[in-house]
Amino acid sequence: MNKLPIIFVGILVAFTSAWLGLVVYTYIALGHLQTVPDEDTGGNFPPSLSGLGVAGQRVYAANGCIYCHSQQVRPAPLSTDIEKGLGPRRTVPRDYLRFQPVFLGTMRTGPDLTNIGLRQTEANWLHRHLYDARSVTEWSIEPSHRFLYKLQQIQGQPSEDAVQGLTGPHAPPSGFEVVPTDDAKALVAYLLSLKRNYPLPEAPLPPVKK
Amino acid sequence: MKPSSLLSSIHPATEPDTLAFLERAEIDASTRGPVLLFFGSAVFWLLFGSVLGLLAAWKMTHPGLLDSLGFLTFGRIRPAHLNSVIYGWASQAGIGTGIWLMARLSRVSLMHTKLLVSAAIFWNLGVLVGVLGILAGDSRSIEWLEFPGYATPILFVAYACIGVWAVIIFRFRKPGHIYVSQWYLLAAFLWFPWMYATANILLVWQPIQGSAQGAVNWWFAHNILGLWFTPIGLASAYYLIPKVIGRPIHSYYLSILGFWTLALFSNWSGMHHLIGGPFPAWMISTSVVASVMMFIPVVTVAINYHMTMSGHFEALKWSPTLRFTVFGALAYTVVSLQGISMAIPSVNTLTHFTDYTIGHAHLGLYGFFSMMMFGAIYYIVPRLVGWEWPSATMIRWHFWLVAIGILLMVGSLTVGGILQGVALYDPTVSFRSSLDFATPFRWLRGISGVLLLAGHLVFASLFVLMLLKAGPRREGPALLATPAENPSQTTAA
Repeated sequence: MNKLPIIFVGILVAFTSAWLGLVVYTYIALGHLQTVPDEDTGGNFPPSLSGLGVAGQRVYAANGCIYCHSQQVRPAPLSTDIEKGLGPRRTVPRDYLRFQPVFLGTMRTGPDLTNIGLRQTEANWLHRHLYDARSVTEWSIEPSHRFLYKLQQIQGQPSEDAVQGLTGPHAPPSGFEVVPTDDAKALVAYLLSLKRNYPLPEAPLPPVKK
Repeated sequence: MKPSSLLSSIHPATEPDTLAFLERAEIDASTRGPVLLFFGSAVFWLLFGSVLGLLAAWKMTHPGLLDSLGFLTFGRIRPAHLNSVIYGWASQAGIGTGIWLMARLSRVSLMHTKLLVSAAIFWNLGVLVGVLGILAGDSRSIEWLEFPGYATPILFVAYACIGVWAVIIFRFRKPGHIYVSQWYLLAAFLWFPWMYATANILLVWQPIQGSAQGAVNWWFAHNILGLWFTPIGLASAYYLIPKVIGRPIHSYYLSILGFWTLALFSNWSGMHHLIGGPFPAWMISTSVVASVMMFIPVVTVAINYHMTMSGHFEALKWSPTLRFTVFGALAYTVVSLQGISMAIPSVNTLTHFTDYTIGHAHLGLYGFFSMMMFGAIYYIVPRLVGWEWPSATMIRWHFWLVAIGILLMVGSLTVGGILQGVALYDPTVSFRSSLDFATPFRWLRGISGVLLLAGHLVFASLFVLMLLKAGPRREGPALLATPAENPSQTTAA
């Protein structure tokens, strides 16, 4: 066991085995999944992301949402994710083929966001939450993302896209309004698009309970 | 050059003292420039990374802290912390230790110093560009690979210089036995570029599709600990423990077994970070099995270190190197067994997505690897600058601040993480409870960060004083206590 060639070859062979198994195989087996046609609408599952959604994905990455929020629903009995209302079904590889990068996440300091678009359908709520989470959810520890918003003086009519209903220490003074930047709008569009409520052959939706 | 006996080269501690001593001194002196450059930059990044880590920890309990500017938001500070300490501190301390060990164990003076100096400069440039890129909002948000695509090529250039140098030094090594530390180092220096290139190509430069990214991500993120930091840390301990206590390693055969089982099983373990995730069941199961098999290398190494130390624990009282190294070795055993348990699905159910994992990561990277590196730096630097550490009191402060700091951090995150996990699992408990349960422990973690930063400030001051050759001229090494018997190795500390 003390010859350099043996050590050298051994080192390479040991590494190659897992490299083939976990990387190359993954690439072959999971790297070329196709969408599934939806017979009802003529569309495809999973649905594609809008251009704004793609931009929002970059904002999500830039600001590290992944460090507190996961995007995966695990099956029972490994987890109680479905019972806890994180989504109607487990997530499978095909669910992620429209996303780049894929934000599976490893922390749930904040809630899972796999289906945030199903739970929160209102853009203004998400804007309020991003601007100052504690003005919406008193006990939240989410940092304020007000650097994604502009505080501006109201000129004549208030802007259409101004964030409504802000209260608390970060509420705009009277005569001012809080307007989302393009980044904030993109991020909210991305979050609203996170809905894994479509059926896939390998992950059908559970039958609707009466 | 006299032919060395098999025994003497298997066990560096038993080398005859006369000629070998002069030869070692000459080799040590030849590594001075690059190794000090790597160590010095590592210390800088340790401080920088600690400040970021402390800020991130405090933001968890004070969410309003410094939240008005984008580059100070938690989601950027946290990856900037991780990448500063991984690529800035730990990797550079490891590379410095690796260079010094390789030169010593190959018994050749350092050649092509400029290659290594350029490597150090490029490496630091790469880390700086990467960390600033993350703070500026260019993070890829791929865990352990957050550096933007324009930073990583600089790191590759740096690494290429190091790799070429490592091959050269092996080529010119003096004939004789290849010591176990050399296997670990050779393996680490070959594995790192392979995994780092694979991960960057498939995740950053030409991203593969969908959830396959998660598999590659965690194959890499597990391996950088298991097959980059672990072998360097173990190589350091395999050399320093025998050296300081003046006694050979307990079993050569256990070290072979430990090495090859690590090479095989660690590699396959990464998917245990994604239990329940969107992957075929066999992939996860394979990693769970491989993780459990990690019991073999871990216990093997633990037995080997323990049996070597057996009867010499007295030396922990006086030797700074040994005290840090043995702390690291114990942490390695604990963190690995903990990691194995976390790969078992029923345990993972509770610990996944919680602070428990953060505690585990810090026990590995700090309790094990960073402590090993402190031990190595305390041993190596006096041999490079020709000066002994200026203050034993400061070394003692450094040790106790960081030892208590890391134990408090891991302890609080572990307990808080379990409570958080219970809340996240139980369908009758609200999400809010998972925060309420974890918060007091996050406070404790915030305090532990202060202890660690204080320890690092002491260490950095010592390092600077050392470079300035401040303090008294000592006859022997700066020891933490007077040894009961005069240690046989006057060179050892």
